[in-house]
Amino acid sequence: MANTDKNSYTIIFAIVMVLVVGALLAFTASSLKPTITENERFEKQQNILYAMGVNENVEGAVNFIPANEVEAEFSKYIKEQLVIQNGEVKKDSSAYLIDLKGELSKDMSERKLPLFVGEKEGKDYYIIPLYGKGLWDAIWGFVALDADYVVQGVFFDHKGETPGLGANIKERYFMDDFTGEEIMNGTQYSGITVAKGNNDPLNERKDDGKVDAIAGATITGNGVTAMINSTVKLYIPYLKDIKL
Amino acid sequence: MALLSKKDRGLILDPLADNNPITIQVLGICSALAITAQLKASIVMALSVVFVLAVGNVVISLMRNIIPSKIRIIVQLVVVAALVIIVDQVLKAFAYELSKTLSVFVGLIITNCIIMGRFEAFALGNGPYRSFLDGIGNAAGYGLILIIVGFFRELLGSGTLLGFKVLGDPIAKTGLYAIGYENNGFMLLSPMALIVVGIIIWVQRSRNKELIEEN
Repeated sequence: MANTDKNSYTIIFAIVMVLVVGALLAFTASSLKPTITENERFEKQQNILYAMGVNENVEGAVNFIPANEVEAEFSKYIKEQLVIQNGEVKKDSSAYLIDLKGELSKDMSERKLPLFVGEKEGKDYYIIPLYGKGLWDAIWGFVALDADYVVQGVFFDHKGETPGLGANIKERYFMDDFTGEEIMNGTQYSGITVAKGNNDPLNERKDDGKVDAIAGATITGNGVTAMINSTVKLYIPYLKDIKL
Repeated sequence: MALLSKKDRGLILDPLADNNPITIQVLGICSALAITAQLKASIVMALSVVFVLAVGNVVISLMRNIIPSKIRIIVQLVVVAALVIIVDQVLKAFAYELSKTLSVFVGLIITNCIIMGRFEAFALGNGPYRSFLDGIGNAAGYGLILIIVGFFRELLGSGTLLGFKVLGDPIAKTGLYAIGYENNGFMLLSPMALIVVGIIIWVQRSRNKELIEEN
């Protein structure tokens, strides 16, 4: 047996180990990648459908359309996928794959904004993707509007908000509050505010553009407000023309 | 049992009870608190740790004579990390929903002290077969506690087991809910996991007085 205490042996061992492990992991990652991408695609479709109310919610929990059915349901309910670029609106059947984070960091003229038009029980839904910043990391989601700019449903998700506080933006009790709020005040864009203070905790007033914040999650709540306001605003000039 | 000698049997059975990693050695508590709100997550976590610890123990044991002692901890970490990444990728590919529930905790298997502890204390000094048994035994002992805690937290907290409504429907007021039973939402929070683990420790030590520390 070689002397395992020698420095040269130690260094060679470390190099060989790193090469072997690296190759093994690279092989695993690349062979599983197609399946993982597929799962992420389904998740996006589930989220979009969730926002427009196509879900399997029972009681208080969030329940998506099962992943094996989502593709069929997605093409059934989403009748149009659009991309807004440089003032032009184009159809693009893979618009839902656009990474909004990347697009928002681009220059105005190169920016592609995806928009989904859904139809459920004869009613049209305009589903706008959202992307913003919470307390610790990214937050994102979808908001579904009807033809009168009334919110029909939202979906939020996050990467690493505090469990039990900011992470609750993806809970039903927070998301459901958005339904019925208006993003337009007359003809003026007003957005929706996640408001602190004892502001109508049961959310009975739907015309104030405010939903009750989660206690202990001020910055995540502000992030949600900022995310909705900045992203939805980009779409407002186009929504009128798009109406089908 | 002809398959295993008495000593080998001890490798598997001791960690399940009298030398349990969680209740006796108090290792791996962090993940035991974090992911046991649902039985399903507990089971998957237990299986992941069984895989990582059993395979990791065998790998370390096979290399035990060629690992340079100066960097043995680093070698152990690389082995655990590689195995955990594989588990994480497999979960993402074949159990996506679940991998979102477990999120960072799969990554945290790397820091689970049970694993490094067994590598250092057992696999470095024993053959691959016995190391494999030791890995299975310790991971099973860990998983057993996880599953017990997950069972009670999901049953009492949500009234379900593996997602099935075993106590009736709380909205439609059927089953137990018809006579006024309510779910205890507190069970879903991490502190209750600690209390459940505490109760298990109490029960175990009152059945086997030898486990009680002096002073």
